[in-house]
This record gives sequence, C-alpha cells and structure tokens, in this order.
Amino acid sequence: MSTFDLSKISVRELNQHLHQLSEVNDIDILEPRGAHAVACGLTAPLNVSIRGPVGYYCAGMNERATVTVHGNAGTGVAENMMSGEVRVLGNASQSAGATAHGGLLVIQGDASARCGISLKGASIVVGGSVGHMSAFMAQAGTLVICGDAGDALGDSIYEARIYLRGQVASLGADCIEKEMRPEHLAELTQLLTTAGIHADPTIFRRYGSGRSLYHFHSDQASAY
Amino acid sequence: MCGIASFFAKTPAMENQLGSLFVPMLTCLSDRGPDSAGFAVYRDQALEGTVKIVAQHPEVGFEWEGFFKPFGAVSLNVIASHCVAVVPGQPEIVRAKLELAGVTVMCVGSSMEIFKEKGFPCDVMKMFQLERAVGSHAIGHTRMATESAVSTAGSHPFSTGSDLCLAHNGSLSNHNSLRRNLRREGITFRTENDSEVAAGYLSWRLQSGDSLEAALEAALRDLDGFFTFAIGTKDGFAVLRDPIACKPAVLAETDEYVAMASEYRSLAHLPGIEEARIWEPEPARIYTWEKSKGTPSASSTATSISISLAA
Repeated sequence: MSTFDLSKISVRELNQHLHQLSEVNDIDILEPRGAHAVACGLTAPLNVSIRGPVGYYCAGMNERATVTVHGNAGTGVAENMMSGEVRVLGNASQSAGATAHGGLLVIQGDASARCGISLKGASIVVGGSVGHMSAFMAQAGTLVICGDAGDALGDSIYEARIYLRGQVASLGADCIEKEMRPEHLAELTQLLTTAGIHADPTIFRRYGSGRSLYHFHSDQASAY
Repeated sequence: MCGIASFFAKTPAMENQLGSLFVPMLTCLSDRGPDSAGFAVYRDQALEGTVKIVAQHPEVGFEWEGFFKPFGAVSLNVIASHCVAVVPGQPEIVRAKLELAGVTVMCVGSSMEIFKEKGFPCDVMKMFQLERAVGSHAIGHTRMATESAVSTAGSHPFSTGSDLCLAHNGSLSNHNSLRRNLRREGITFRTENDSEVAAGYLSWRLQSGDSLEAALEAALRDLDGFFTFAIGTKDGFAVLRDPIACKPAVLAETDEYVAMASEYRSLAHLPGIEEARIWEPEPARIYTWEKSKGTPSASSTATSISISLAA
C-alpha cells in the first residue's frame, strides 16, 4: 500500500508516479479537496482509493485500474474510460462517464446532467437519479438508473441501452420505451450484481433508439 | 470561463470571518478568470437619509476629499482606486451628480460595496483589503473575458440597483438586441459587455416593479445564452442557472453559512464542509437566501422556485 497526500504533493506529481506503475498496487490518496484530474490516464491494474471529494475528470481515460472516490466527484468523472472500474460513493456532477468506451462506472448517489453523454460502450450504474440530457447521443453501452431521470433522457440516442427504475421527466428526440426481453433482464441483473447495488431488476423499464433519427429520411428525396 | 463565489454568513462569528473565508474561495477560482476580478461586500449599513456610494477613478492619488466636499460627505474611505463615501440624499440623484462630475460609480445603496479592477484576482483582492472584511455576505467573480474588452467597467459584479449586484458566468447571444431595447427603456450601458446587459435587464425589471423572483423568471424567458448567476441582495443572495445548465455551480449549506462557487475545491477550506449539505443548483430554478426579518444575522430562510422547462 502506498499513500499520497495531495496537501503535500501536486496532482501532476501524483499522476506521474501512478503512470510509472505497471504491477498490481494498492494506492491511497488523501486530501484531494476537490482537485481536478486526480488519477487520470491510469493504465495499470491499480487499486486506487481517493479519500474525499474530487474535482473535474477524475479517473479520466482509465484503463484497467479500479478507482474508488470516497466522496463526491466533479464534472466528467471517468470520461473516456477504456476499461477497469470507477466507483463514486457520493454524488457525481455533470457528464459522468462521457464518451466512455469500456469498463464500469458506478455512482452510488445521484448523477447530474448529461450522465453518459456520447457513451461508446461502457456500463454506467447510478444508484440514485440522473439529471437532464442523460445518455445524449449515446452510441453503445448501458446506462442503469435506479432512481429517476430528468428531462430529455436519451435524446438522439444511437444503440446504447437505458434501464430506468423510477420516473422519467421527459424522453428526448427519438428515445422510446422498448420491450424488456429475457436477455435484457439478464444483462441488467448482471450489471446490478457487479455494481453491488440492490434493486429489483424486474421493475426496470428499458429505453433506446426509435432509429428514425439517424437513418436519413427525407419526404422530398424523390424530388432530387 | 469565469468563476463565481458567494458567501452568506448566518452567524456573527461567520460575519467576522467573511474576508478571511472569502479570499481563498475566490483565489481558488483564479485560473477560471485571471484577467480581472471583483466583489461586492455587504457591511456597515448607512444611516437613514444617507446613501453609500462606491466611486472609482483611474488616477492614482485622486483628490477624493475635495471631490466629495460639495456632496457633504458624512464619511470617506479611500481604498486603492475606489472610494466608499456616505453622503446625504437620494440614491439616483446622487449617482447622476457623481457621474456628471466625472467619476465612475460602482454602486449606490446602503450596505453594498463593489470593488473591481483588472489584474490577477489575488492582487485585486489584496489591493482592496478583502482579507480583513467583516460583513454579512459577499459575491465575487474572476473574469476570463470572451465577449468584450478586459476593463474595469467590464469586470463583475455589476450593480443592478440599490444594494443589488450580479455576477455572471457564461455568455449571452442576444445581448445586442436586448441592449438596444433596454436603451429605449432608459437603461444606460457603459460597455459592450453581455453580462452588463443581463444586469441592465434585471435593473429594468426591478424598476418596473418586479420582485427579484419575478425578474429572474422573466430573465429565463428573455435571456438567450448560457449563464450561472449569483445575485447579491441587501439581505442575502440568489443563484440561478439557465435551463441547459452548462455553467457549473456548487452550493454548500451549514447552520453557520451558505456558500456557492463554480467549483467544489473553492469551498474545500470552509469550516464544517465535511458535514455540510452540498448540492448542485438545478437548472432554471431560483434559489434565494435572506436573513429572517427582525433577527438580522441570526438565522436565514431559503426558498427555491422551479420554472417549468416545457416550451
């Protein structure tokens, strides 16, 4: 176990040290005090615990590492994650998991606006509610919401899947409710178990793309 | 980009520490806005029948005493390029006379004092001795200019009326047409700055008889663009984000204070922050705090109004 105190070293020094590690390591980060870009760009299978709230882009671009934030996270936690696991024990600010390609992001509290925006393959499980425009233009991957969703959920969504337990304020353009088939129930059950979030998967509803927006369509096509 | 911070003391102990708690809040936001900074401090209520003014003149060593002599100033306090004066009279008449006499009027009211200048935020705060400030609340801003020139007049907060000010993070896209319309309504503008238009808009609504809440509801309809607003009022402050809520804001509340900042790290040093209620203000929702009437600085009431997003 290595411990780093961010009241004594800079984020740049911390991240440079973490980037040099290639083996499994337990890392404890103290006094983050809302600093930005903590534990960004990790590529080794590290097990990182951040003891307090973090600022923007925590664990961004993560590969293989497991990062746990013992507090709230600012904008863009785990943005562009490739693999591994990022867990926020508190709430997350906007654009959590933006453009993430792989891995698992668990937010045990609420996530604010644009959670999973442009998601590209990762799984996101939110224990609480998400804000407006969540899963906006999400291309692939899964967003599980155990609470409610704000306005314009799944606006202009491609092939990402949304599972929602609570209420949705409004659906975005071309986002529709879809049938919950056995394979979806199995996927959701698996995700909730992996995320360690207790929720009855049978009461979730599934949302996805109506596929009318991203297929080019023009009423006047024959005129050209 | 820009950064905003607000601190509202609920106890006399917090009022005594206003400056020392607020300086690190705003310092932390320097990289969001390194070109100029400003703040409004609410303190030392002027007596009835008198008006508190903050005037500014770019000339070093400007003869403020002589300047204010004809106004019958009750008190004068010169701090760097600014002068806080208490004079007898009616606010708008005093303002007009001062502007005619050739100084820039930062604000007119009874307790609010606005200070702002070009420069790195910590230098600006040092210049105006913010560290030592004692008062009920403060609104501050660090500016990264995007829409107009870096100038003292273009810095925030903007005065929007007696003891009212506005700090803005964001940009407005319809400020030119709004400015034209507001000029026709008699509102004057000194810069090409979009935030000054938002301030002018609120001034106009408030002068037309709107409550602050009604003025902010109207702002949600009429202002096109991105904004997080922190609005200082005589007895408290308000926060409003536009319906898209791109521009950040974090609020923290304890029994002793309410604090708002663009980023959490700006709040991290506040006493009791670990146990504070921390949340992000929702889009298009007006949050206000004010001292309970009759028991100044002893307690506060918070209200919020939600505006429907339905088009």
